[in-house]
Amino acid sequence: MKIAVCVKHVPEGTTHARIDPQTKRLTRSGEGAINPFDTHAVEEALRIKEAQQGDVVIVTMGPQSAQDSLRKALAMGADSAVMVTDEAAAGSDLVATTNVLAAALESEAPDLVLFGQQANDSDGAVLWAAVADRLRRPVLSQVAELTVADGKVTGKRQTEFGYDTIQAPLPAVVAVSDAINEPRYPSLKGIMGARSKPQRTVSVSELGVDAARVGETGSKTVVQALNDPPPRGDTVKLEDDGSAAEKIVEYLAEKKVL
Amino acid sequence: MATLVFLEHHEGELVKPALGVLSKAAELDGDVVGVVLGSGVRDLAAKAGAFGAAKVYVADKPELERPLPQPRVDALAALVGEQGFDTVLFAASVLSADVAAGLSARLGAGLNWDLTDLVQENGTLIGKRPALGDSVYVDVGWTDEPRLALIRAGTFEAKETGGGAQVEEFDVQFEDFSLAATMVEQAHAESEGPSIEDADVIVAGGRGLGSPDNFKLVEELAQALGGAVAATRAVVDAGWYPYATQVGQTGRTVSPKLYVACGISGAIQHKVGMQSSGVIVAINKDPNAPIFDFCDLGVVGDLHEIVPKLTELIRQRRS
Repeated sequence: MKIAVCVKHVPEGTTHARIDPQTKRLTRSGEGAINPFDTHAVEEALRIKEAQQGDVVIVTMGPQSAQDSLRKALAMGADSAVMVTDEAAAGSDLVATTNVLAAALESEAPDLVLFGQQANDSDGAVLWAAVADRLRRPVLSQVAELTVADGKVTGKRQTEFGYDTIQAPLPAVVAVSDAINEPRYPSLKGIMGARSKPQRTVSVSELGVDAARVGETGSKTVVQALNDPPPRGDTVKLEDDGSAAEKIVEYLAEKKVL
Repeated sequence: MATLVFLEHHEGELVKPALGVLSKAAELDGDVVGVVLGSGVRDLAAKAGAFGAAKVYVADKPELERPLPQPRVDALAALVGEQGFDTVLFAASVLSADVAAGLSARLGAGLNWDLTDLVQENGTLIGKRPALGDSVYVDVGWTDEPRLALIRAGTFEAKETGGGAQVEEFDVQFEDFSLAATMVEQAHAESEGPSIEDADVIVAGGRGLGSPDNFKLVEELAQALGGAVAATRAVVDAGWYPYATQVGQTGRTVSPKLYVACGISGAIQHKVGMQSSGVIVAINKDPNAPIFDFCDLGVVGDLHEIVPKLTELIRQRRS
């Protein structure tokens, strides 16, 4: 079985991320890392592979620095990686990203495509359903328990009303929740071995996607302005020096909520 | 504008967040149209009139009985194509996010998500979206039609203004792949256990507790404060605590006078369910946890040491 895992390279620590006021794009020049939610998808792919054999390919779209995220996933145990990197694809919104990613996935023809539950930079939680529609495959999202057997995927997931169980035949697209597993840390051997694993870098034109359908040109949404958040009350922050409990009680008494 | 609002329903009721979006859309565009997709839902459709819909389209098909996204994409793509809607609005939910995203790919239509407001500026529709942990508010727009938008749940209040809607049925041809997924078991609203929505004080636990056993620290503090216990999605999904206590996007929305968050990082899904609480106290060992950006009192430290001491001090004070 061939499993493709889509990952995103995101700025390290969302609290320090910022949007460039000129381009209105997320600044990608600082330190980056694999989207933490995606490591759960990588882990799930590895568990399926370990239980029933298979081949795990990591797929990403991003700047050259996204190599770091691929290397992390390869160090965890994935077999190969595909990176779409192209200046023309910068600034892609959901529609433009779907155009590129669906083409990259088609070129790999996986039985199962896995996504993490959201991107922690854009808070987007929509890509899998868009990609599934483009690939004309069934989709299961927010899956907290996944079973792959007899050519079918079965997923249990939480909705606003409790827990659903959904089943679909392979090939299928599945987005997993971060509750599904505890991602492993790469072993030293895994880290050493990652560099020698096959990695393919492709451009948008090599995927056969028209440049007009990617990047800002191919996008259908636009960021028009950046504003400061509305003001809110000051946060009192303290480090515990052994007296935190007393200070919390004082604070609650002062606020008259005890 | 020709606006269509996706009206999600559950167990015979249109869901409140969708009716809220309908009410807002009716303010922006007098002739707003709703759409109800399901099986045996003709009567439901007429109810949307009271919340501002002038007209409601209905597709009543057995293929639409279960709340699965892909057959709904087929239905909406057909309706938007035939009727020429330029704007399609969704109240965000597990189901509607997948429907909106699928529709975006099918129609090549721009989708903006997590919107907390919609305004008309010089005749152009603009969405407001808090981004990067709400540190910046982004104005987002669309370069083409149709425009698709997911509105953060609970953003707009459903306003019952009375009135009826004209109901019209439409037909749908389903794609094979859209019918491939099946629902083996469908969620039902859980009614057991006390509701946390009415509590004045809530003590909530997250993954930072480290293990399900440590929920007793949270329970003891809640008991000392005379409050209720809540949990995050992560620990509910992990089976540490029951779903009925979950606060956040797919759980309850609460606004107690006091909310004490123990070992909760403050992910956006949790934040939307508790940010309107009176006083928010957070205890977390990670100084960079997003919750420190929107709590009133943030304590960086080990909750396993602080919480038992806090419980003891409050017990002493109350006795």
